[in-house]
Amino acid sequence: MFGYYLDLALRSLRRNKALTALMVLAIALGIGASMTTLTVLHVLSGDPLPGRSGTLYYPQVDARDDSGIMPGKEPPQQVTEIDGFNLLHAKRADRQALMTGGSVPIRPDSAAIDPFYVEARYTTADFFAMFGAPFRYGHGWNAADDEAKARDVVISGELNERLFGGANSVGRTLRMAGSLFRIVGVLGDWAPSPHFYDLNTGAYGYAEQVFMPLQTALDLHVDHNGSSDCWGNGTGGVGRIYPSSSCVWMQFWVQLDTPAKAADYKEFLVHYSEQQKALGRFVKAPNVRLRDLMQWLAHMQVVPDDVRLQTGLAFGFLLVCLVNTVGLMLAKFLRRSAELSVRRALGASRRALFAQLLIESGVVGLVGGVGGLLLAVLGLWVVRHRPSDYAALAHLDPAMLLTTFLLALGASLLAGLLPAWRACQVAPALQLKSN
Amino acid sequence: MQIKPVLSALQKHRLAALLIVLEIALACAVLCNAGFLIASRLSAMQLVSGVDESSLGFIQLEGFDPKVANDLNARVVAGLGAMPGVQSVHVINSVPFGPQAGAFGVTLDQAGKQFRGVPELYLGDPGTPEALGLKLVAGRMPGAQDYQSVVEGYLPASSNVLITRTFAQRLWPGEDALGKTFWTGKNQFRVIGVVANLSVQQYDEEGERGAQWTVFVPTKSGPPLAGTYLIRADPQALDRVMVEARTVLARIAPDAVFDHQQSDTLPVLRERFFATDRAMAGLLVGVIVALLGVTALGIVGLTSFWVAQRRKQIGIRRAIGATRGDILRYFQTENFLIVSFGIVLGVVAAIAINLLLMKVFEVPRLPLHYLPIGALALWLLGQLAVLGPALRAAAVPPVVATRNV
Repeated sequence: MFGYYLDLALRSLRRNKALTALMVLAIALGIGASMTTLTVLHVLSGDPLPGRSGTLYYPQVDARDDSGIMPGKEPPQQVTEIDGFNLLHAKRADRQALMTGGSVPIRPDSAAIDPFYVEARYTTADFFAMFGAPFRYGHGWNAADDEAKARDVVISGELNERLFGGANSVGRTLRMAGSLFRIVGVLGDWAPSPHFYDLNTGAYGYAEQVFMPLQTALDLHVDHNGSSDCWGNGTGGVGRIYPSSSCVWMQFWVQLDTPAKAADYKEFLVHYSEQQKALGRFVKAPNVRLRDLMQWLAHMQVVPDDVRLQTGLAFGFLLVCLVNTVGLMLAKFLRRSAELSVRRALGASRRALFAQLLIESGVVGLVGGVGGLLLAVLGLWVVRHRPSDYAALAHLDPAMLLTTFLLALGASLLAGLLPAWRACQVAPALQLKSN
Repeated sequence: MQIKPVLSALQKHRLAALLIVLEIALACAVLCNAGFLIASRLSAMQLVSGVDESSLGFIQLEGFDPKVANDLNARVVAGLGAMPGVQSVHVINSVPFGPQAGAFGVTLDQAGKQFRGVPELYLGDPGTPEALGLKLVAGRMPGAQDYQSVVEGYLPASSNVLITRTFAQRLWPGEDALGKTFWTGKNQFRVIGVVANLSVQQYDEEGERGAQWTVFVPTKSGPPLAGTYLIRADPQALDRVMVEARTVLARIAPDAVFDHQQSDTLPVLRERFFATDRAMAGLLVGVIVALLGVTALGIVGLTSFWVAQRRKQIGIRRAIGATRGDILRYFQTENFLIVSFGIVLGVVAAIAINLLLMKVFEVPRLPLHYLPIGALALWLLGQLAVLGPALRAAAVPPVVATRNV
């Protein structure tokens, strides 16, 4: 029966090409627009470290005084240098890393390459293991190197390609920021997106090419980039002038393997705040947060407002397209009242007519879905050529491909329900009389 | 034209009419809000920088040894200043639409209790305000004695500064700002002049900082003020100067790295700064066009169906004396009524959507005049869409009434 109805549907659709084309176009436009924006939203709100994000937490403590420079109940979004190192050295988590961002000038040995600037991350030993950064060659540095302010550096695969043609450069030296560094590791492809561990650099399309021990960086006074929020007499945070002690400018991440450990760690943060208050460093009552990675991203509203707005807009548009399709299908089905009434008179049940009409709208949905997919591919191409830092990420993945078809089919079946039901109400013989 | 017969005829097509009403309502709601969003994007792009953008360029050098900062500044100012077309070169920390170079919380008192916001600070060497083209509205421009060296930290301990009109009002509403002082930490500022406008470096509409919350601090060049330069050139020569500056700098400052990302003319920096706004406005226009197109096609489709269905009735009306104009007006009136119902619903929906957007995205309240404009657009659209099918209806000959099939 399905094959026969399909045949009937195709015949009927072919009979009135303009109306069919209109319906297909409306569905395709609606699906195309919503899939483009939904894909962007999906890409941007994705998990940067699948499988790991559940055990990564971002502790926040509140070291501010009450001078009111930074109002609000939320603790600062970063930590001060003192708190950062205190928490790091407390080693209460399974792994922990303190970090901040910057940029360093590189002077290649080869005279053929001009000196250039690269984005850098100044961090501590656990960074690589905690975030699962893959090494192509070598390995990271260890905690002892941190304390010794070792001139060790880990470079990205991209920088390795640029400087050493992709060869194993472990053990070679690199002249950066006026000092000689020893390359201890080369990373593979790794650029978590969003750039969750420091959102101040821009959440998307940002990847460091150089990773060096934080204490080494502080020792050498290399450039600091990123946000610094100060209170009281806090100043600085521009270039080589580091923020003073009443400024937050570092990010501290911990890995806590079980929820019980996370609860303990939060307890620890409260104790730490109380202890600092007793020492006179903190003024406020303990004000701590311990969000996991995805909660942190949600809290920071990392997905740009524009993207969410566009998605809403596109679905509004899809709704208009659907209402439009419902209207057109209604016109189409009612026009065939005579034919349907003959089928009813010959013994077809309402249910059979309903199935036939739904198959017809399903066909419209499928064709519209294919059209919508093409439009979405085109739309994503446009997005990729637009000036935004997430542009390069906008690609359709298999999950979104499937979603497109389900959405198109579901939408058109939904659009077909009302007209099909209305058309089935036709009396069996009435239409036979008139024409 | 009587409305009653039209309404009673519509009663027979309740479902189809309802669908058009719904479609018009949705279109009206989206149209008003999208139109408003476009207008706010466009007005945001009109941000007044307060400087002579078309004559200005910004250059950023990095990677030099801070110890040579004074020497570097001297070499760059002399080298770039000697280029043909260049009027002057200054050491400045940043420019409007340039990289963010320093925002400081300020207070009215030294104790730091009367907090008044976080303006952005511009630091520049002698002649910078004149080179920027700042327009003085009160007080005086800094004189040679006002430019001080930075001894410690980022700012001179105490400086005579220029502030914008807007920020003066923020600090001392309704008062004369001249001669008054304010503080950031231990650093004191005394206002010697008020300028019309000087926009912040990176304006963020959602941020807490106003677009014109700026302070100009006269500073002598030298650490930390080094490596960032303002070029003032003849507007016709500016593009050429910025291109040639790279070769000149490679020669006179081989020890520094030229920052290609940040160094450009102000018109280019401005264009880049607003690129996402322009893209979003373009996208919204695209959505509106597609939306109106789909709505119009839907009206054409349904009305065509009605005309085909009513051929016989139209024939009868024509046979008993209705003119072509009567038939045409009948369909036009019908469309007008349906669209009007849609608009009533749509206006309510538009306000509801705006309230939702205000809550989620912090957009401002929809000005009421967008509603009649949106309504007018949809009435026009409806009339245009119905014209084709209505003309076809008017062309139905009276003889149809006499035919059986």
